[in-house]
Amino acid sequence: MITLNGRSVDDADGLSLAELLARENYVISIIAVACNEEVVPRAKYNCRRLADGDVIDIVRMVAGG
Amino acid sequence: MSSNDSLILGGRAFSSRFILGSGKYSVDLIRSAIEHAGAQIITLAVRRANTNTAENILAHIPEGITLLPNTSGARNAEEAVRIARLARELGCGDFVKIEVIRDMKYLLPDNAETVKATEILAKEGFIVMPYMYPDLNTARDLVNAGAATIMPLGAPIGSNKGLCTRDFIQILVDEIDLPIIVDAGIGRPSQACEAMEMGVAAIMANTAIATARDIPAMACAFKKAIEAGRIAYLSGLGRVLDKGADASSPLTGFLSN
Repeated sequence: MITLNGRSVDDADGLSLAELLARENYVISIIAVACNEEVVPRAKYNCRRLADGDVIDIVRMVAGG
Repeated sequence: MSSNDSLILGGRAFSSRFILGSGKYSVDLIRSAIEHAGAQIITLAVRRANTNTAENILAHIPEGITLLPNTSGARNAEEAVRIARLARELGCGDFVKIEVIRDMKYLLPDNAETVKATEILAKEGFIVMPYMYPDLNTARDLVNAGAATIMPLGAPIGSNKGLCTRDFIQILVDEIDLPIIVDAGIGRPSQACEAMEMGVAAIMANTAIATARDIPAMACAFKKAIEAGRIAYLSGLGRVLDKGADASSPLTGFLSN
């Protein structure tokens, strides 16, 4: 099981980050991802495999001061 | 204003000395506010993408505007560094405003953690713009850490209270060689003008515009006030008499003895 933006996600172990993002319907061009607090470059989404216990943060730009 | 009077940040020249915050108002108004403000730099935040939306704030920002992501949400240097790296990965470029806050009542910045984050990010090639509580020692540490500017608050974020810390901002203007940009607390164009008259290099404002009745008009008012304050500063303000007066008309040749 992994954690994605604070919520538990089952059946993600072994998926690539790209596969997870596609399954969750994220638009790749407007997000950035950190896995276990480290930024994962977009070019590595296909090869980064998820493991049990991984903590994923998916972020985007929003308005702010 | 001379075309040579540019604001230099990170080796880049900006003709506008007004940095606009994008928070607290409708995204539909962001483009208009930017245009009326004449702003060339706009702040943004980084947040979790919990919805699978294609909505993109960047679609509302005119081409050519420099994006200034902030590290709001960071409670320490480590979190600020992570947010900055994520912002860069989002394609925001190398500018970053460091905002490290662990006091949730007054939203005062943590100067020590801000220095730590500045040092790490400056080494990674970021153009670091640290938001800080005006303290000369911290400002000197930020200079040594590689900051591109120093951004002292005028009053608590969102308060519109003005230049509560003006005397300490003046110390920074007098003693620090980097551009001093007042960020947070300015509520009126007159306060922005006053800060520029003091020798501040630029103004960052968000709530003062976002809470105005007419957002584009207020953005325009700030633009004019900041320009006026800069011209006044460069013109050399007249001296102030603490006591007495000094007549503006001749003291001879009166009509009656």
